[in-house]
Amino acid sequence: MTEPDFEPPYLFPDYRATQLRAPRRELVRLPDEWFHHRRGPAFGRVPVSPADADLTRQHRGEPLGERIILLGRVLDSDGRPVRHTLVEVWQANAAGRYVDPADTHPAPLDPNFTGAGRCLTDGEGVYRFVTVKPGAYPWRNHPNAWRPAHVHFSVFGPQLASRLVTQMYFPGDPLIPLDPILNSIADARGRDRLVARFDPETTEPEWALAYRWDIVLRGRGATPGES
Amino acid sequence: MTAPTPSQTVGPFFGFAMPFGGDAHAVPSGSPGAVRIGGQVFDGAGEPVPDAMLEISDGDQFARCGTDREGTFHFTVRRASHLDVLVFARGLLRHLATRMYFPDVDLDEDPVLKLVEPERRHTLVATATEGGLHFDIRLQGEDETVFIQL
Repeated sequence: MTEPDFEPPYLFPDYRATQLRAPRRELVRLPDEWFHHRRGPAFGRVPVSPADADLTRQHRGEPLGERIILLGRVLDSDGRPVRHTLVEVWQANAAGRYVDPADTHPAPLDPNFTGAGRCLTDGEGVYRFVTVKPGAYPWRNHPNAWRPAHVHFSVFGPQLASRLVTQMYFPGDPLIPLDPILNSIADARGRDRLVARFDPETTEPEWALAYRWDIVLRGRGATPGES
Repeated sequence: MTAPTPSQTVGPFFGFAMPFGGDAHAVPSGSPGAVRIGGQVFDGAGEPVPDAMLEISDGDQFARCGTDREGTFHFTVRRASHLDVLVFARGLLRHLATRMYFPDVDLDEDPVLKLVEPERRHTLVATATEGGLHFDIRLQGEDETVFIQL
């Protein structure tokens, strides 16, 4: 049985920016051994310290917003944990504003929040971040367009084909059905894969709500001998 | 088998989060075999793409560079036969993959290039310039870069 493929197309006219950026020529299909199974980039040069996983402690004070724990496992398509791989996240602050100078949304910056973090998965493939819940923000794709709250994720994995950059959404967000970027994924099961689940077990009393979101990378692990 | 988590665009606001110190240098400038590669990313209207990010690797080497307002990027790498290149950008719902060959490649002998129509092969080969190598990426339109199906 072939696995379903939930990937969005390159051209999705409702997301306007795809119109001049999606390739129009046919992509070249190479044997997997020539490209997809090549060893992934040696991301070990990217500096990672344990403090990078707590986005609420990168400044003198605490950021405003709803403190959350964001965690999950990174797995390969056989369900095996992807260990010690780099996970990078970035997001808007609780008011829906990015630190990035390219963001001109007139919502306040938070001097105590940058919104960027990274960590390595542990021996079970688990990643864990502490942050604040990002706000929704407007974009100019169509009249009165707003992005649902989301956290950007970048994950490497063992092979060139396992590289993934995506976005994680929050359950119950009323903007989700209206978002062309999420709706570029035709299959509702695929869209659902990008929505985290509220995790009452991991939620810490008197401290922070927890959201759990597992990530499955393309391809099998580089070390099939391990279980 | 579980289907992979689907991709979403890197968006326009990654520039504050993804860079790390010395990220565009896979090897230090001036080290043996080091070569500087520069180029631009263009869209289907021929306009520079100012919010793209490129990652190049060949297993041992890895470097990352965001484009500037002119769509320009640059890398310093150790000479190899080719580098794998991933392209991320606002407007790319999924990243693109391509290859950059060094100028001395035999276009008729390389097994990957043989699978590409002869008139498009040059889009995968860097050209020599005074300061190193030049390699542009055209996402769409005339002279569109050959991309590899992921």
